[in-house]
Amino acid sequence: MSILLAAAAAALFGVGTYLVLQRKLSRIIIGLGLISHGANVLFLMSGHRGRAPLIGRGDPEDFADPLPQALALTAIVITFGVTAFLLALAYRSYLLTQDDEVQDDIEDRLVARGGFADREVAEEEEAAEPAARETTQ
Amino acid sequence: MSALLVLPIVLPLVGAAASILVGRSRRAQRTIGVGVLAAVTANAIALLVIVDRDGPTATQAGGWPAPLGITLVADRFSAMMLTTASVMLLAVLVYAIGQPGPERHHVGFQSVYLILTAGVSTAFLTGDLFNLFVAFEMLLTASYVLMTIGGREEQVRAGMTYVVISLIASSLFITALALVYAATGTVNMADLAGRIADLPSGVRSAFAVLLLVVFGIKAALFPLFFWLPDSYPTAPTAVTAVFAGLLTKVGVYAIIRSQTLLFPDDTRPDELILWVAAATMLIGILGAIAQDDVKRILSFNIVGHIGYMVMGLGLFTVAGVAGAVYYTVHHIVAMTTMFLVGGLIEHVAGSSRLGRLGGLITTAPVLAVLFLLPALSLAGIPPLSGFVGKYALVGAGLAADRYTVVSVSLLVSLLTLFSMVKIWSGAFWSPALEAPEGRAHEPGRIGGPALMVAPTAALVAVSLAIAFAAGPLYDLSERAAGDLLDPVAYVTEVLGG
Repeated sequence: MSILLAAAAAALFGVGTYLVLQRKLSRIIIGLGLISHGANVLFLMSGHRGRAPLIGRGDPEDFADPLPQALALTAIVITFGVTAFLLALAYRSYLLTQDDEVQDDIEDRLVARGGFADREVAEEEEAAEPAARETTQ
Repeated sequence: MSALLVLPIVLPLVGAAASILVGRSRRAQRTIGVGVLAAVTANAIALLVIVDRDGPTATQAGGWPAPLGITLVADRFSAMMLTTASVMLLAVLVYAIGQPGPERHHVGFQSVYLILTAGVSTAFLTGDLFNLFVAFEMLLTASYVLMTIGGREEQVRAGMTYVVISLIASSLFITALALVYAATGTVNMADLAGRIADLPSGVRSAFAVLLLVVFGIKAALFPLFFWLPDSYPTAPTAVTAVFAGLLTKVGVYAIIRSQTLLFPDDTRPDELILWVAAATMLIGILGAIAQDDVKRILSFNIVGHIGYMVMGLGLFTVAGVAGAVYYTVHHIVAMTTMFLVGGLIEHVAGSSRLGRLGGLITTAPVLAVLFLLPALSLAGIPPLSGFVGKYALVGAGLAADRYTVVSVSLLVSLLTLFSMVKIWSGAFWSPALEAPEGRAHEPGRIGGPALMVAPTAALVAVSLAIAFAAGPLYDLSERAAGDLLDPVAYVTEVLGG
């Protein structure tokens, strides 16, 4: 039982990490959802599990530990709220740029503008362009 | 007594709700905001006095005894941080009211700001690792909204990075909590202090490093700082000032608290922390030197100076931790002031790019003074507060025979001065060359709108006070560090002896 849950958590973390490393915002958001599910599954494993939660009266040993469930519930609610915000932000980003792709940060763009790598690329393109024109003619 | 522990959390939350209810009247919102923050500040000062006199104090919400209920606890360190934070939050709120920008255009600004305050107070006062997570989420969620307020393309792009990296850190935090709970059966920090000691040493080290990573992302430690210099400069000035002064320092607080309270002497990752501190200082300041925009230079400086606080912790001596505590207080005030001045520069000159600035020494001499004092303080020029902090840290480092990290810290101090001089000569001394890109405002006799200049000047005064009262304040830091490294009083107060 426990090994199944552990494998489930590991799979969720793995797939989530893979998706977070993509460049599409929608995939990143799905990946974040999976990672936080993985963390919650891990949380559920931490109490003594496999029995019913508190029902009526009885020996505390007969019940599952209710605390991890309560804590996981709190974490789920928080993640839910933040994911909703993130989706709204992604939609805003789509409206502004007409694209779902994560953009380069300022530093990348400054380096590009300073043109270390790009200058070489531009020169190559320039050198290739007349040749290309000649062949099309 | 227990009211003093509850009010800094409850007052801002009630204020946030009230602020939404009176949304039609901006004046009523401002009265509520400033009133609540003034009350929180008074409350924090009272708490600091009482805690310094009587030692740590705790209260259990709902009357459930310690390991089960929700514990709120204050010792000298958390009371000091709460006091500094609330003074700074109050000053920045007044600045935001005076600034043409998000506070005037958005009904929600005041209430979100108050929720941020509640989150910060909770983070400082909670005695429970899970509630620390909740506190982080409160302040982070508020900060997501504040960062993207206005919804410009640049903000959405940077905000996205910020939200994603914070969410990953939060998931890691949950993971750490799950593992800690599975191993010990509790999330109460005082209770954990006893139980973690019983675990095998490998498991203890894993927890220590996992928590270091989680809080290191929030505190922008090397190599987890990349999100910070990219996302902070795009937010409105007042918001950036709060983030710069406070949010990373909440992370530093969590690092110091968790590493000193939870783990016994032999599992603390002190070597690792010192190397991380040295790398953070060096990379942060080198990044700052490479920039040519006031806000971006300052953002990289935040990263560089986080290294000093972590270096003090990594020594794990009373002198080192005392230096870290003093340095954190100094840094919150000085860094916030720098960003507020940066906002004033942008307001007056219409840009924060150094290439487009110039001649401010003649057009706005007051700004020059307001900039120079905290700038020299950050660089550690005596007799300002940064010098006292660095002197204490370097002394502690030498006493512990950590020569590498000490020499790095001295070099970084010099480079900080260089980055500050870069702003100074670019914005104040050089002649104004190009036309501004944004809308410039007439600086007037005091260098900007009175409501923006007054809180900035007040924070400069606080920064000077930290330097002039360095003796008593350092003694207080030393007592706080003593509590941190020997948390018996803290544990007995929470668990009730």
